[in-house]
Amino acid sequence: MIDLQLMALLGIPLLGGMLLALFGARPWAAELNSLMSGCTFIASVVLTLRVIDAGPQTAFNEQFFIDQFNVFLVALTAFVAFTTSLFSRPYMRIEQHHGKLSTSMLHLYYSMYQLFTFTMLVALTTNNMGIIWVAMEAATLTTVLLVSLYRTPASLEAAWKYFILCGVGIALALFGTILLYFAAERVLGEGGTALLWTHLNQVKGQLEPTVLKLAFVFLLVGYGTKIGLVPLHSWLPDAHAEGPTPVSAVLSGLLLNVALCAVMRSKVLVDGSLGTHFAGNLMMGFGLLSVVVAALFLSRQKDIKRMFAYSSIEHMGLITFAFGMGGPVATFAAMLHMTMHSLTKSAIFYAVGHAVQKCGTQQMEHIRGLMQVSPTVGWGLALGTFAILGMPPFGVFASEFLIITTAMHEYPWTTPILLAALGIAFAAVFGKVQPMVFGETTVKPLPHPPALIPVFLHLVLVLILGLYMPPYLANWYRQAAALLG
Amino acid sequence: MQIPLALQFVNLLASMLLLIVFAMLAQRRILSLINLFAWQGALLALSTFVVAYTTAQHHLYYSAALTLLLKVIVLPWLLHRLIRKLNIRWDVETLLNIPTTMLAGIALVIFSFNLAAPISQMSQGITRGLIGIALASVLLSLLMMLTRRKAVTQVVAFLSLENGLFFAATSATQGMPLVVELGIALDVLVATFIFGIFFFQIRETFDSLDITHMEKLKDD
Repeated sequence: MIDLQLMALLGIPLLGGMLLALFGARPWAAELNSLMSGCTFIASVVLTLRVIDAGPQTAFNEQFFIDQFNVFLVALTAFVAFTTSLFSRPYMRIEQHHGKLSTSMLHLYYSMYQLFTFTMLVALTTNNMGIIWVAMEAATLTTVLLVSLYRTPASLEAAWKYFILCGVGIALALFGTILLYFAAERVLGEGGTALLWTHLNQVKGQLEPTVLKLAFVFLLVGYGTKIGLVPLHSWLPDAHAEGPTPVSAVLSGLLLNVALCAVMRSKVLVDGSLGTHFAGNLMMGFGLLSVVVAALFLSRQKDIKRMFAYSSIEHMGLITFAFGMGGPVATFAAMLHMTMHSLTKSAIFYAVGHAVQKCGTQQMEHIRGLMQVSPTVGWGLALGTFAILGMPPFGVFASEFLIITTAMHEYPWTTPILLAALGIAFAAVFGKVQPMVFGETTVKPLPHPPALIPVFLHLVLVLILGLYMPPYLANWYRQAAALLG
Repeated sequence: MQIPLALQFVNLLASMLLLIVFAMLAQRRILSLINLFAWQGALLALSTFVVAYTTAQHHLYYSAALTLLLKVIVLPWLLHRLIRKLNIRWDVETLLNIPTTMLAGIALVIFSFNLAAPISQMSQGITRGLIGIALASVLLSLLMMLTRRKAVTQVVAFLSLENGLFFAATSATQGMPLVVELGIALDVLVATFIFGIFFFQIRETFDSLDITHMEKLKDD
């Protein structure tokens, strides 16, 4: 039964990628893209309900493993991929109308969009530490041509940087995986099972600590490049700013989470082997550095998408920091913050996408008075910004509050640093968004109506979760946090 | 300590691998660079084969064959075709001059041997030093990536980095599970195709394959 459900989850986007490779140039390709993403989302809901009901399980001869932790990311990934496909339908039509994209480019976009979803879902559900690596690299490969979709010099440069930096980063992660296998082989014997996470998890106490220590450093640096941790982040703002907005939304809202999931899987093993807080300390260090550096860079940005890309670095840093602290409350808070960040940041990118289309520029000084021309885009951007900056009653406030109170309790010296960074980020982002939303307008109307349902759907969800967390969800997250320790 | 002949042979191949990475680091001509890369692949296939023979791991024969096919024949052929089409044979400009790069390379080798020392001591004689060599060739390829200006050289460096990792996987451990190896090979192949597409896009846009044109995106 679980085999079948998993097959549906992974099969639908793969099939979608193939269908769109064939029919991506047809006028109804956008609808097909949304339909496939919608089916993937339904499959993920079915799988989620089952896993929460019946607990962790393996599938396909133990090659896949699903527990409360990764099923939460599966559901989130499928949901945001679905809403982004809804957003990209009118967005890409407008881009085509403006002459920025040709039909063949859209063809590439649609089929790669589905394959990208497929690779992320494989990376999340696989039980094999080697396949996680393969799927992460494949996720880079499917998105690299999307970053350079506009074929402008800047977008080519961004894509090249993305390709090379993530390629190098991920190569280091492979070295980490090899070291992990080197340690596992001596306990589990050679062959197929020595890289299976469930087997490794059972024998983690016997794995050689010196090897695992080194392996984790490589894995963290490697996958950390993908998460966008400072100082390995320099591809991220470029790729987010130069790629099409739907791609920025899924890169920021989803891919970064998937990389973090791979790090967390490794952390559980390393913690079990070392019995110290080595992995956690390393993650806290990287996380704290990312929060501070990103906050300082925020105020210097001129490009709206670049600014929100730095905000993603800041939030991923905060999540990494919270996971690094460990313990049930911090891990719970980190997962909550992952959810909130994905929903809010993708909503912001949807609103930003339409705002940029209206003004014809990504330079913030030329975007003015959104509220006058399109109150919905204006409100979407304003509310999204409030939410991401951690204003109550939005859900980001709740998760940030949890993270900071835990930090105050466990590592008091980090609290002033975190609070100062969040304060700087608040001032920088709020100061820039305010004149864009209010003030005199320079805006022209769009040829197609914008897609605003996804924006408000996400923001309403974030608002509801900020006000009231259903016991079902809280219980689910608590179980997942317990699995991560 | 008596070391079996086959292992001495693997050790010899490992040292030759390291030597080739140094040769690549010093090489200025793109054509020779690609040939060196093909040689590196051949050494890798041979060492995988020897490990497969001595440990009687059948799946390693497949990965040796795969290495031979992919890294000695397909990828060099693709790269040769690319540089013929793009008409670039000469001048690999380096950002650092060659002697400095070599010195930095030696420092990297010492660093990686030190880093790998505790692990080498654990393995029962068989793979002593091999992890260090693999790590050194990974880091040297990284250095090559950082110091070269042309997009093609960066790609060759990237592929050589992949070779170093593959060497670590087959020699230091007795080969990763076959599914993983196949996945990695597929990724490398697809990556090379995408690199190829990129070359044409970059050339179309910048009229050159010099990546110094691509330093516009910065935070002021």
